Amino acid sequence: MLKKVNEKQNIKLDASEIPHVRIADANFPAPFRSGLEYSSPARGTWNIVHTGMLIPEAHEIFVCAAGCLRGVVLTAAEMGTQDRFSTVAVRENNLLDGDMEELVIEGVTDIINKLPKRPPAVLVYTSCVHHFTGVDLDMIYATLRSRFPDIDFTDCYMNPIMRKSGLTPDQLMRSRLYMLLHEREKNPDAVAIIGNDLPTDEDSDLMHMLKGAGLKVHEITSCKNYAEYQEMAESCVYVSYNPDAAPGGDMLAERLGGTHYALKFSFDYDEIDETFAGLAGTLEKATGRTGLAMSPGEIAAKRAECERELEKTKKLIGDTPVSIDYTFCPRPLGLAKLLLDHGINVTRVYVDGIPGGDRAAFDHLKKDHPDLMIYPTVHPGMRFARTANEEDGKFVLAIGQKAAAFDNTNHFVNVVEGGGMTGFEAVTRTCALIRDAYMNEKEMRELVQVKGLGCEVCIR
Amino acid sequence: MKQTARIISTYSADVMGVCSALFELGGMTIMHDASGCNSTYTTHDEPRWFDMDSMVYISGISEIEAIMGDDEKLISDIVDAAEVLKPAFIAIAGTPIPTMTGFDFEAVASVIEHRTGIPSFGFPTTGMNTYIHGASMALAGIAERFVDDPSKSDTQHMSPRKLMSVVDNCCMRPNGIKVNILGLTPLDFSTNGQDESIVQWLRNEGFEVISKWAMGSSLGEIRRSAEADVNLVVSAAGFGAARVLYERFGIPYAVGVPIGNELPGLLADQIILNVKKFKEMDAAASEKAPFESRIISVESGVFLSEDGSSYEKGFAAVIGEGVYSLSLASSVEMELGIPCKVLCATECPEDILRECDRMTPDEDDIIPELAGASYVIADPLYRPIVPESAKFIPLPSEAFSGRLYREEITNLIEDFDQLLNKIN
Repeated sequence: MLKKVNEKQNIKLDASEIPHVRIADANFPAPFRSGLEYSSPARGTWNIVHTGMLIPEAHEIFVCAAGCLRGVVLTAAEMGTQDRFSTVAVRENNLLDGDMEELVIEGVTDIINKLPKRPPAVLVYTSCVHHFTGVDLDMIYATLRSRFPDIDFTDCYMNPIMRKSGLTPDQLMRSRLYMLLHEREKNPDAVAIIGNDLPTDEDSDLMHMLKGAGLKVHEITSCKNYAEYQEMAESCVYVSYNPDAAPGGDMLAERLGGTHYALKFSFDYDEIDETFAGLAGTLEKATGRTGLAMSPGEIAAKRAECERELEKTKKLIGDTPVSIDYTFCPRPLGLAKLLLDHGINVTRVYVDGIPGGDRAAFDHLKKDHPDLMIYPTVHPGMRFARTANEEDGKFVLAIGQKAAAFDNTNHFVNVVEGGGMTGFEAVTRTCALIRDAYMNEKEMRELVQVKGLGCEVCIR
Repeated sequence: MKQTARIISTYSADVMGVCSALFELGGMTIMHDASGCNSTYTTHDEPRWFDMDSMVYISGISEIEAIMGDDEKLISDIVDAAEVLKPAFIAIAGTPIPTMTGFDFEAVASVIEHRTGIPSFGFPTTGMNTYIHGASMALAGIAERFVDDPSKSDTQHMSPRKLMSVVDNCCMRPNGIKVNILGLTPLDFSTNGQDESIVQWLRNEGFEVISKWAMGSSLGEIRRSAEADVNLVVSAAGFGAARVLYERFGIPYAVGVPIGNELPGLLADQIILNVKKFKEMDAAASEKAPFESRIISVESGVFLSEDGSSYEKGFAAVIGEGVYSLSLASSVEMELGIPCKVLCATECPEDILRECDRMTPDEDDIIPELAGASYVIADPLYRPIVPESAKFIPLPSEAFSGRLYREEITNLIEDFDQLLNKIN
C-alpha cells in the first residue's frame, strides 16, 4: 500500500471518490475538465527519443533547458544509446541576449566536431523556448546544412506546450522519421509500413496481405543501417495504422510521391473488412497486382475465429472485472465495445479524451452499456486511485499498463501502442493476451516503470 | 564549448529540486509547465513516487494560456484541487515558459493563499539551474513559514538561548545537543538508508536529532526545528534553510557528510565547537554576526585545506555535489594520502570549496581538469569523458543518472571501506 506522507493530513479518497463518470453521462470528446495533471508511474509508451533512435546511425541533439534535457538524456542512457545523443543547454542569458540561433548553430557544430565518427544524419530537437522567442529555424538549418553538407539534418521538436495546438508533438515526431528520406525511383514491388514504434506482427492481417502479394515490405523498425533506411523511399505505397502517423504519411506522399493509405486500427469486424478492402484497392492500383482483397470465405473464417477466441476467453475469465486504458491501443472504447458485446465484464476504461476514431463505439456504449465507467488518468484525484483500489480489494484484470497501475493488479496485458497488431489478428491476439493475463501474474510494479516497452533498454 | 554535452548526462533541475525537497511534507506541489517535467521527475528524480502518495502535479499550461497570460486558469485549477485534497501547503515551481512570460510567482501564491486559506509558496525556478538551487529555495521557504518560534509558543520547548546552557554543562560533549539535518533528498542520498545512517551516526555520537529536512520527518517534526542547537548541512540544498534558521533563531550550522573513518569524528567535534563558538560570539557581539561568518567547519579543517600537494598529476578527482564531494575528497586524502580535488557540478557556495577545487557545470569545464588524474570518482555516466589513464571508480548519484544505477548506489556513511578497496 502507498505510504501516507502526512498522517495528520491523512489525505485519502475512497474508491467511490476517485474521479469517474458513467459513459451514459460522459461528453465527447472530453469527459473531464482539464486541470492540474497527475503522472502515472506507468511508462511503457515511447517518447520522442525512443522514436528518433529508430533512424539507424542518426545522432540526436536536443537544445533546451536543463529541466527539459533531463528526461530525454536519461531516456537515451537507459536505452544504452548515449553515444548517439548530445545536448545543448539553454540558459537564462540566452533568453535575455537573443542569441538563440547562435547557440543552436554553434552548439550543434561543436558537438558534431567532437563526435568520434561523422553521423549520416542529425536530428536537432528545439523546444518551447525557441517557439516563443521566434527563433529563425529556417536560417539555423540552412546554416547547418551549409556547414555539414555530408550530413542530413531534420527539424524535430520537444515543444509540449503545442500539444493542444495543431499537430501534437507525437504526430510531429512520427512525421520527422521520414523527412530524411531522399527521393529515388519508385519500385512497384515495394511498400512501406510507416509511423510505428513497434514492428508489425508477422502474423497480422496486414503482413499477410502485403507479403502474400509478394511485395517487399519496408518498416523502419527492421532497418539495420542508414542505407537500408533510405531504401524506404522506393516504396509506392505507404501504409500507416497508428492514427498519429497519418499526418506524416500524407507529408511523405506529397514530398516523395507514392500513395499514403491510413489503415484503420479497429476491433469492429465491418470496419476491418472495409479498411482492408480499401488497402487492397490502393495496392492493386499502385502495384498493378490483382486479387489482393480478402475473399468472402477468408473473411468469414477470420470472423469465426474471432468469435471462437472471444467465447473461449469469456468462458475462462467469467465475470472477472476488466479494465482498459488508452495506452494499450488507439481504440480503447472499440475494444470495450467488442468485449462487452461478447459478455466480458469490462467495468472501466481509463482515458482522458475520447479518440476521434472511437466516436461510433462511444455512442454504442452510451446506449447499450451505459454503466461502463470512464476514468481519467491525469486528474489530480488519480494520485490516490491505487490506494483506494487496493483497499477495495477487488480482483481486476487490466488491459494496459496504466489500468494495471491504477487497479493495482499483477494480472494485466503488458502491451502499448497496439503492439504491432492489425485487423482480425488484433482481436484474436488480444483475446490470447487476456487469457494469459488471467492465468499468469506479472511483476506490475517493475514492468510498468520501464520506459519505451519493446525498445532496447538496459534498465530492468 | 560551454553549455554543450557531447555524451554526459545533465543534473536534475531546480524545479525537480523543489518537488523532491517538499515531497514528504504533506503539501501539494505544482510544476508550472506544459508537460514533460512531471514524467521526468516521477521517473528519474523521485524514487519514492510509486510507494508514497505525495501530491506533485503539473499545470499543463497551453500555448494560448501562455500567450494570453491566463494565470486565472492555473489559480482556479489549484484552488479546485486543493478544496478536495486539502494539502498542508501549496507550492508552485517554475519552468522555462513562465520564466519567459514573466509569471509573478509571489503574487499568484498570494492569491491562492487568500482563496484557499492554505499557506502557499511561489518558487521562481526556471528549469535552467540544478536541483540544488530549487531544493535550497524550497527548504528555505519551509523554514520561513513553518518552523515555530519557541519564544512565541505556549509549549514547554526550550529556547535556543536556554539550550546554550546545555553546552556549558556538557563541557564539549555532545550529550544533549540537538541537531537538525538539512539538505537530505534522495537526489543526493537515494533511498538506500544513507539518511538513516546519518541519523544513527549522530545518535551514536550522543546528539539528539530533532528533524531531517526533508526525508523521514513529518511537517510536525520540521516545525520543531527551532529547538535545535545547531544544523548539520549535508548537501548544498540545505544552505537556504540554514540561512533562514540562523536569521530567525540564531542557530549556527556545520557542514559535512560523515563519510569515512576519520572525518565523522572531526565533524562531530565541529558540530560541538560551532555551538560553543556561537555562544561565545553571541556573548561578545552587540549584534548577530553575518550568516557567512557562521561557516566554521571549513576554517577549522573538517575539509582538509591544501597542504602543498600537487593536483597536476597522480591526484584523485571527485565529480558531483559540493558538500558530499568535499566530504568524500577529504576522507580520501586523510585515509589514503592521495591528493583529491572536487569538481563541483552543481551550485555551491564557493567559499566552502578549497583552492584546488573547481566549479565545473559543463562537460568542457570537466575534461581539462581530469588531465593527469590517477583516479576519478564519479557517476558512471561520466565515464565516457574520463581519460583511459585514470582508474574510474563509479559512484552513482540519482541526481545525475536517475534510477539507472540505483541498485549500485553505495551507502558510504556505512561502508566507506568498500570505496577505499576500489581505489587500492
